[in-house]
Amino acid sequence: MTATPAVEIRGITKRFDDVVAVDAIDMQIANGEFFAMLGPSGCGKTTTLRMIAGLEFPTEGSLKIFGDEVGTLPPHKRPVNTVFQSYALFPHMNVLDNVAFGLRMNGVDRTTARRRASEMIALVRLSGMENRRPAQMSGGQQQRVALARALVNEPKVLLLDEPLGALDLKLRQDMQLELKELQRRLGISFVFVTHDQEEALTMSDRIAVMNDGRLLQVGTPEEIYERPANRFVADFIGTTNLLDGTVVDDSTVCLANGTRVAARSEHPAGTMVAVCLRPERARVVTARDGTESGIGGVIDTVTYVGNARVYTVRLDWMQLRVREENRPGAAPRETGDPVSVTWDMNAVTVVTE
Amino acid sequence: MSVSEIATGDADEQHTVAAATPAFEAAAARAAARRGLFMALPAYVYLVIFFAAPFAIVVIYSFATRTRTGGISLSGWNLDSYQRLGEQIVRDVLWRSLGLAILTTLICLLVAYPFAYYMTIVSTTARNVMLVMVMIPFWTNFLVRNYAWRLLLSSGGPLSSVTEAIGLGETDLLFTKTAVVIGLVYSFLPFMILPLYASIERIDHSLIEASRDLYANGAQTFRRVVLPLSMPGVIAGSILVFVPSLGAYVTPDILGGGKEVLLGSYIVTQFGTARNFPFGASLSVVLMVVMLTATVAYFRQGGRNL
Repeated sequence: MTATPAVEIRGITKRFDDVVAVDAIDMQIANGEFFAMLGPSGCGKTTTLRMIAGLEFPTEGSLKIFGDEVGTLPPHKRPVNTVFQSYALFPHMNVLDNVAFGLRMNGVDRTTARRRASEMIALVRLSGMENRRPAQMSGGQQQRVALARALVNEPKVLLLDEPLGALDLKLRQDMQLELKELQRRLGISFVFVTHDQEEALTMSDRIAVMNDGRLLQVGTPEEIYERPANRFVADFIGTTNLLDGTVVDDSTVCLANGTRVAARSEHPAGTMVAVCLRPERARVVTARDGTESGIGGVIDTVTYVGNARVYTVRLDWMQLRVREENRPGAAPRETGDPVSVTWDMNAVTVVTE
Repeated sequence: MSVSEIATGDADEQHTVAAATPAFEAAAARAAARRGLFMALPAYVYLVIFFAAPFAIVVIYSFATRTRTGGISLSGWNLDSYQRLGEQIVRDVLWRSLGLAILTTLICLLVAYPFAYYMTIVSTTARNVMLVMVMIPFWTNFLVRNYAWRLLLSSGGPLSSVTEAIGLGETDLLFTKTAVVIGLVYSFLPFMILPLYASIERIDHSLIEASRDLYANGAQTFRRVVLPLSMPGVIAGSILVFVPSLGAYVTPDILGGGKEVLLGSYIVTQFGTARNFPFGASLSVVLMVVMLTATVAYFRQGGRNL
């Protein structure tokens, strides 16, 4: 990367007493990027975000924003703003004063601050609500106020801590599109923390997957989904079947029950691996029709999900999930049907622990 | 009651529930109100006998006439004792008491706020220790504590020894206005700390972080976010300190030596040595009105935390 990264994290570690919340993380966020930090709760993603904001200071390491070391700079001296998880709107101020707060603290005179705040309120489509108190607004509206309050300061990086967590599904999907659109229009980096892998996949240019304070993989949604770096990432992103086995050669894996299946890997023979098979990449075919790489099993459950059916297929030693698109005329399979599960060699990934 | 009767009773009740009407609802509400009144009755009775009735007597006395022998004549109602409130000496007492109460409240506020704020950011253990420290004085008799201050502040006492040792010379604070304020602040400080703590503790910490994130430094965050959001506690604490300070009698008497007459002791004098019940009563009424006004103003403000 030739341009200065918006955020550059090198060897950042954060310890709370004896607990290591963030463990020696390296990460670069490019300017203008929609960057998601994804992981289960307690994985260190929020702590990392708070360190960028200046709400926590790193125990070790270097943190640069546009090339300037900011590791121990207090939050009010950083060119970033945060949209908090619970919005953290000031309950004793109306919308206009909430949005104008940052500008006023930055020394902008009252008239200018109010004008710019009004413009930003219009941008998030809340015009006419300037005099309302946060308590008089819906969750979605409060969310927009929080956005406006952060964006009015023209931060170089906008930090968002699970900003959509409190919204219901429909509103959340609308806001996802809106956020993405806003980010494109403003051209600044959005750094976004979420535990919702679907949200991360939909919105981000790049995703950092974290667990237990460690950074497991950074990549585009496609890279993360198609080529997970390890078992955790494969399991966390989307639904997947993980079939344990050992590498035989560069195109064969021997599964736990002795079945040899086609799967490409670069690991030396004998490596303990898992074959990662996405439900939608697997196919069920009627048993014993001569397919080579198929694994025999019995349909256990059939779940109708509208555009598809999801089968669980019981094998001798485990269960597989297979998702089959509904096509007109195709006869659905039923519980108890003996089937074979097959896939293309290119459709699976081999991962290690 | 036989088993069949009970069974029938149940059936009736179910029938009534099924056929709920506005009349039924109203009857149920009335029954609930009756039960509520019944439960609150002991408190009502207590308040009427020991508060409302005596206060009514005080109000009545304030319009009565003092007899030549210092008794009360319940005839010839007049406003004489209220007119006396305009006299220079009475006005001096009122203003002096008011000033002292305001000063006590302000000092309590300044001392209690950092303490209460600190209590909200330390560990639970440290917080509990601090709370106990606030409460400990209540375990000792009020008079004993005031006499303790008398020893501490007297010439030749510990405070004086310290100032002498560090070369500031002997201090003799006892029987001064300063001693009275020290004593009052000491006595009423917990009443300021507790509501302040309650309201500061309620402030969502992310609001403070948001303020810092939005370029406010520590001082600006305090003024724009923490202080406004803790106002209910500030007001509650101020009333809880101001009201008893205004009518304080024991502390000014013990630590002030009664040199400067304050409202509390002035009222006592009227009922005691001066034997002017109507005048004492009118002073008491004034005190009550000031306190009630302050309390009502507080609740009008949407008061909580009391």
